[in-house]
Amino acid sequence: MSEPIGIEIRNLYKIFGPRGADYVDAVNRGMTKQELNDRYRHVLGLRDINIDIPAGAIQVVMGLSGSGKSTLIRHINRLIDPTSGQILIEGQDVVGMTPQVLREFRRHKTAMVFQKFGLLPHRTVIENVGYGLEVQGVDHAARDKVSMRWIERVGLLGFETKYPSQLSGGMQQRVGLARALANDAPILLMDEAYSALDPLIRYDMQTVLLDLQKEVRKTIVFITHDLDEALRIGDRIALLRDGQVIQQGTGQDIVLNPADDYVANFVQHVDRGKVVQVGSVMEPLGINGTAPAMMVKSDATLTDAVRQMMAKGVHFLEVQDKGGKPVGRLSLERAISVAAGAA
Amino acid sequence: MFDEFPQIDNGLLRDLKRAIDEGFRAFTRSYGDAIETMFDPLRHFLNWSEKLLTGTPWPIIILIAAGLAWFASRSARMVIGCVATLCLIGAFGMWDDMMKTISMILTSTLMAIAVGLPIGVLMSRSDRVQAVVNPVLDVMQTMPPFVYLIPVVMLLGIGKVPGLIAVVIYAIPPMIRLTNLGIRQVDGEVLEAADAFGSSRWQRLVKAELPLALPTIMAGINQTIMMALAMVVIASMIGVQGLGQPVLQAISNQYFTLGLFNGLAIVGIAIVFDRVSQAWGRRIQKHRGGHHV
Ligand SMILES: Nc1ncnc2c1ncn2[C@@H]1O[C@H](COP(=O)(O)OP(=O)(O)OP(=O)(O)O)[C@@H](O)[C@H]1O
Ligand SMILES: [Mg+2]
Repeated sequence: MSEPIGIEIRNLYKIFGPRGADYVDAVNRGMTKQELNDRYRHVLGLRDINIDIPAGAIQVVMGLSGSGKSTLIRHINRLIDPTSGQILIEGQDVVGMTPQVLREFRRHKTAMVFQKFGLLPHRTVIENVGYGLEVQGVDHAARDKVSMRWIERVGLLGFETKYPSQLSGGMQQRVGLARALANDAPILLMDEAYSALDPLIRYDMQTVLLDLQKEVRKTIVFITHDLDEALRIGDRIALLRDGQVIQQGTGQDIVLNPADDYVANFVQHVDRGKVVQVGSVMEPLGINGTAPAMMVKSDATLTDAVRQMMAKGVHFLEVQDKGGKPVGRLSLERAISVAAGAA
Repeated sequence: MFDEFPQIDNGLLRDLKRAIDEGFRAFTRSYGDAIETMFDPLRHFLNWSEKLLTGTPWPIIILIAAGLAWFASRSARMVIGCVATLCLIGAFGMWDDMMKTISMILTSTLMAIAVGLPIGVLMSRSDRVQAVVNPVLDVMQTMPPFVYLIPVVMLLGIGKVPGLIAVVIYAIPPMIRLTNLGIRQVDGEVLEAADAFGSSRWQRLVKAELPLALPTIMAGINQTIMMALAMVVIASMIGVQGLGQPVLQAISNQYFTLGLFNGLAIVGIAIVFDRVSQAWGRRIQKHRGGHHV
């Protein structure tokens, strides 16, 4: 199994159009996407993106349609060339790679899942799953062995000789996922991989991904415009607007401290009780004399804590860190008011 | 005043035509033999395929045709129709001519594919190439075939090879156009996927672009075959043997029935080729719909 590796995106700009590089300065000085389009007929794709994605983390990128999510993720394996900036992976700048080096990099370091699946319609499931290995030159028998393992893992056993058009959307995306995983690349890029699926299947596929991540631990960049999905899946979330990162941090950071009205609007309908962890809203120990009888781990959600208090009929919980050391306390009142968005 | 269009001075015009003709003749004198030798392998191949088709006993040919029709369509009706057409043409005394024509069609189609496919691929790669090739194809398709028979005959004389070349020139445009179109229409996300997994350009072409464009390319091959058949009569003017020659005789001698029989035989072959190749095309794209169940 490959070790996870991190991704550092530095000062990344993308301006679509024949003379994009000429306008980086202007954009830098504050020209907006609208102005750039009106005055110079160039489209601002990305502006000064800086994101550090730690090895083994799931980084979610969110934003409305046209905010530049697809553009951003396609820079990581250079399906799109940037106008300026760097993408550092294992100390190597993807932007400077020669075509051969880039090809090897794509074969062994990254794998991608697409919104509309991007499967080869003339190939069966097993031939699609083995595509990455085939391109690498792995022989037929070895390829099929690995493919079968992943086909089984994503729950498609028995469908390996079917063609994509014979499968439902959810099943096709399982093929897309298996194809990406069969590559055993440390970086997994998912561009709205689940957006085309209906809610139940989508939830199902999120579970598949989270379970897999416990086993194989990859660095995953996951694009979505669904906040619930982002909060469920993402270790970290970056919010894009008009090609710019307007906030990045954990799901809790964004829900509890939205950077501006745009973000606040985005998160206002979230069920905060399911997102916010006890540790981030607890009060210091010992303001109130009586020691709580029950305790809760600091990474439990508020909803869990409230449920526990209701069940036991208590009004306070002691909050403990991972080692079991008491670090604070939580009152029922505070838990409910934060969860309801009142605090 | 306006009765006559002001035209270039007659003498000048004559000199111009003469100069071009002289130039081309000179070119023919110095390079004609070399060019003829260049096409030698083609002549050998043509002779070989003609001998193969006319030399093979007819029951075997019928068997092979039935087998091909079955392989392409998996339909008994298609096989019966195909065999019946061949037998009927044979019964009316046109078996040998039919074999010669089929040999010509197969060879010219193979050549049209061999030349047209790479050109179509190049065209799909670059808008500039497309902008150059498209008008050339337009000219090829609208220029009366008799016109380009002239230089071909001047260069290579009368015979099978010049006939083949004339047929290929006439029949190749749809092959090129539909290859280009087919590749340009391939779903962008599938190509992105091919790239994202590190395909080389060649792998991308043979594993993704061509297979996905295949239904369109097949339509191009089908049209090429039909056009080649249509050209067979004209090409017989410069020595291509087969079903075209009797038609030519029929025109000059006013033998209506002879012309009709051979004409109908050509139609029969066209229908067989068309139906069989289309059935095959449908069969290979059964799973390509891309729609969900
Ligand atoms: N090849 C291109 N040429 C010009 N403009 C482009 C190109 N690709 C993308 N854009 C523009 O860049 C911006 C960002 O597009 P992008 O596809 O990255 O958005 P997105 O966030 O993925 O949106 P969606 O949610 O609809 O997929 C848009 O304004 C789009 O019009
Ligand atoms: Mg997108």
